[in-house]
Amino acid sequence: MRKRAKDRLPGFLLVLPSIILIAIFVYWLIYRNVATSLDQTVTRATKRVLNPGGLANYSKLLGDGEYQHALFNLLVLTVVFVAGTMFFGLLWAVLLEKGVKGEGFFRSVYLLPMAISFIAAGVVWRWLLSPGVGEQAVGLNQLLAMMGLERFQNGWWQSPTQFSMAAMAIPAIWQLSGYVMALFLAGFRGISEDQREAARIDGASEWQLYRHVLFPQLSPIALSALIIIGHMSMKMFDLIYAIAGQNSYKASVPATLMWTQLFAQNNPTAAAVNATILLVLVAIVVVPYLIYTSKSEKGTH
Amino acid sequence: MRKRTITSAVTAGAVAVALAACGSSTPAPGDNAAEPTTGAAMETTAGGAGGDVGVFTWWAAGSEKKGLDALVKLFKEKYPNDTFVNLAVAGGAGANAKAKLAADLQNNQPPDSFQGHAGAELLDYIDADQIEPVNDVIDALGGDSVFPQKLLDRLTVDGKIYSVPSNIHRANVVWANTAVLKKAGINEVPKDLNAWMADMDKVKATGVATPLSVSGTWTQVQLFENVLIADLGAEGYSGLFDGTTAWDSDEVKQAVADYKKLLTYANTASDGDDWPVATDMVIAGKAAYNVMGDWALAEFTEKGKKEKEDFTYFPTPGTDGVFDFLADSFTLPKGAKNPGGAKDWLMLVGSAEGQKAFNLAKGSIPARTDVPASDFPPYQQSAMEAFKTNEIVSSIAHGAAVSLAWNTDISTAISKFYSTRDDATLVSDLTAAAKKYTS
Amino acid sequence: MATSTATATREAIPVRVTTGQAPGTEGTMTGRVIRYALIILFLVMVLMPLYVLIVTSFKHSANVTASEAWSLPRSLTIDGWQAAWKSLAPPLGRSLIMAVIAAILSSILGSLNGFVFARWRFPGATTIFTLFLFGMFIPYQAIMIPLQGMLIDVQSQPGMGWFDGIWKLIVVHTIFGIPICTLIFRNYYATALPNEILEAAKVDGAGMLRTYTSIVLPISAPGFVVTMIWQFTSAWNDFLFALFLTNRNNGPVTYALNELAGGQNPNYPQIMAGVLVASLPTLLVYILLGRYFIGGLMSGSVK
Repeated sequence: MRKRAKDRLPGFLLVLPSIILIAIFVYWLIYRNVATSLDQTVTRATKRVLNPGGLANYSKLLGDGEYQHALFNLLVLTVVFVAGTMFFGLLWAVLLEKGVKGEGFFRSVYLLPMAISFIAAGVVWRWLLSPGVGEQAVGLNQLLAMMGLERFQNGWWQSPTQFSMAAMAIPAIWQLSGYVMALFLAGFRGISEDQREAARIDGASEWQLYRHVLFPQLSPIALSALIIIGHMSMKMFDLIYAIAGQNSYKASVPATLMWTQLFAQNNPTAAAVNATILLVLVAIVVVPYLIYTSKSEKGTH
Repeated sequence: MRKRTITSAVTAGAVAVALAACGSSTPAPGDNAAEPTTGAAMETTAGGAGGDVGVFTWWAAGSEKKGLDALVKLFKEKYPNDTFVNLAVAGGAGANAKAKLAADLQNNQPPDSFQGHAGAELLDYIDADQIEPVNDVIDALGGDSVFPQKLLDRLTVDGKIYSVPSNIHRANVVWANTAVLKKAGINEVPKDLNAWMADMDKVKATGVATPLSVSGTWTQVQLFENVLIADLGAEGYSGLFDGTTAWDSDEVKQAVADYKKLLTYANTASDGDDWPVATDMVIAGKAAYNVMGDWALAEFTEKGKKEKEDFTYFPTPGTDGVFDFLADSFTLPKGAKNPGGAKDWLMLVGSAEGQKAFNLAKGSIPARTDVPASDFPPYQQSAMEAFKTNEIVSSIAHGAAVSLAWNTDISTAISKFYSTRDDATLVSDLTAAAKKYTS
Repeated sequence: MATSTATATREAIPVRVTTGQAPGTEGTMTGRVIRYALIILFLVMVLMPLYVLIVTSFKHSANVTASEAWSLPRSLTIDGWQAAWKSLAPPLGRSLIMAVIAAILSSILGSLNGFVFARWRFPGATTIFTLFLFGMFIPYQAIMIPLQGMLIDVQSQPGMGWFDGIWKLIVVHTIFGIPICTLIFRNYYATALPNEILEAAKVDGAGMLRTYTSIVLPISAPGFVVTMIWQFTSAWNDFLFALFLTNRNNGPVTYALNELAGGQNPNYPQIMAGVLVASLPTLLVYILLGRYFIGGLMSGSVK
């Protein structure tokens, strides 16, 4: 149906305050940050060149070994974090999805960690992920020993392997699997009972039912969960800050490195470069998704 | 290149001034003719300038907080017109606080005074033009007649003093559990690192798996600097910061090897942990030794442990006769809202009365020489004596020897080494860091 | 299940009986045992960190070390809780004010925007909506440096000195909450608000605002539950903004908790009790309202 301009204007006016706020607080500030990242800076008293200015600021950071290490850590963290939350989220949703006594209780408990801030959870996870093994074992390593599983003891995120950052995903998975579960549960509820019925009647096993009937219908939810968890991982700061402190080489990611650049090295320009690259990385993932969803919606409207 | 030259001139100059073993070449404070701030001319109002005085520290807990509380109490008595506003930020040997402070300074929202480690760490603020000279306050307090010249040297950049020292700590002290040592049959203080590690073997033989305790990254940096002092000597160590000792020299390589060997006696530490975790291991008898600044004393006494009976302390083996120093000091930021009130605070911090009250509570020693040692407990008396007689070197981990940015690079290198244990990489990382900040 | 007969009697009513079983009786016996065993196992795993927090918070500070984290307290004390409460009470109050106001404001804005984007569109609405959504995903690090400066500029205007601490956080959380709230409400209205009703209202001559207040708002409760819970939790749990925009005298509880945990002489029972105290409001929200949260998600807010 065609609407007249008279009808459309009020809609625009109602959204206008939000448009202005988002324009200033998101887009104007992003512009300011990018502008800062291109600055040439020289220390005031000794005239030492901190940042050469322009795109050279970017090549300087990208060429820095420490930054590359942080980027690699971020990749490891993101892959494990996303895979872990998707796995547990889906598994829990399947377990609780149908006919379990006390379902509401279990759901609430699984969701509970999400209520706790990263900074609070980090306090206890710092203990649990202590790297000591054998006689020095505390936290999870001690628990493993108590269960007779000493051979699985390890240094967690401080293990001497390249992929140690994977362990930092454990607390993150603990916190957000419940949320992914809730998303999937909502998805399951959206599938009508008739479809399951029809599949069962057609002789499908439970596995076939999930594999061919239910899971395909959850793929839009899986995609949004993927995007949500993925972008959370990229900007994760609190948890690492709380668990590893601010100057840990093993646990450094761009977001924590930015903290060091900004404050320990007193170099806001380099921090702005780092933040801009982070934004671009997130945009590479998110923008196609947003365009895809907005297109597919136009199709359905 | 010209910019670089100036940098190196100023930096090297400042460091050389700060580290010269004797201060004869240093211009006396206030010599700079362009500097209008001379001694007695400082104006003060009896009872204080009035208004809020926001003071930024990382003294938010434990003995440090008690020290600050003692100062604040005195401040209220002496300057009733002023209102003290506590802007303390806790955690990480001041790392969190420094971050917060940097943010405030970058946004031109300085506190009226902030705590800074005396020495090279202040260079960052000086270089960024964020703090004012306080020669007038130092002179009004009595200048070099009450502060040791070798301390003032370390606070002086281009003839100007940028902060008022409040207290001094020693970072090369080993804290040991008497019972654990006794059980291992160790009765003597080891003379050097090798003798010390031999003792650690004895401790290990009695069933203590980790004779040495370490904690998060900065405590590892502190341990490493102790080893550097032991292997390079005071002069060689100080040379690391003015370019006279190369970071890839054989002595440094030896120190890295010794440090690596020491770590084999140590527990597996977690990067984020703070120092009490390591000190508590000694208290609990899970480790025999912990290298820690003398603030550890408070941790022992707080847990009800008695000197000699339960614990003992000695300079890190190989560093006897050297005092690895760090000092806290207070600054006057550019653009402070209440500079008058800030000067009241600085006068109090620098006064004999203020230093006695503060250091008694904090467990450090006064920066002033005219506070009687007899008022202090035994450990502090011995530290005051050592500070008078020993060679003084500056701590890396606590910002006396290197700027915050340089310290950050060293910390990263040490943190990296902790997981890789790769000697060559540590040496090359340290060399690269030094090149970045001294050349 | 007897699938062969089921196929034969596809339309027959008796088959329905198998799906109409009482909860917990579906599937084979073994299947059920495995399912419950897994559920309990995961329950234990999820609650494990909470167990450590709770037992430690009741221990005496003198005899707490990390190596005893798993053991029950030898004797109970609430010293840790008292100390935690004493140091966290003021920031707890500030967090409460901040998170409630921010949640309400973003929810209201989100509801208005969601209504427009779902049912009262204007040219370019899709583009603007997509631009809004991008604001939800940006790493806040990318705007933090200029944001900090901008808010300080506002604060230093004459008469704006009060604009500090949680007031800054209210502004920031409200604004950065707009995208998600808009999304949730838009998706909710798209399914819960039939076009026919709106058409009918239009025929009756109702304008946009009247349509919103008389038709849209009364059915918005499930959407508000979701956005309020979401926004309250994210404002409450935020640390990054708190770290950059506030200090110990005017900051929220996450800031205070970080200080408590980062102190030089850590008092573990106090810290662990502090974690619990600081998480209590959000935990309560999830325990009491978690059902509605999932229910709200299910009623069309997710896609």
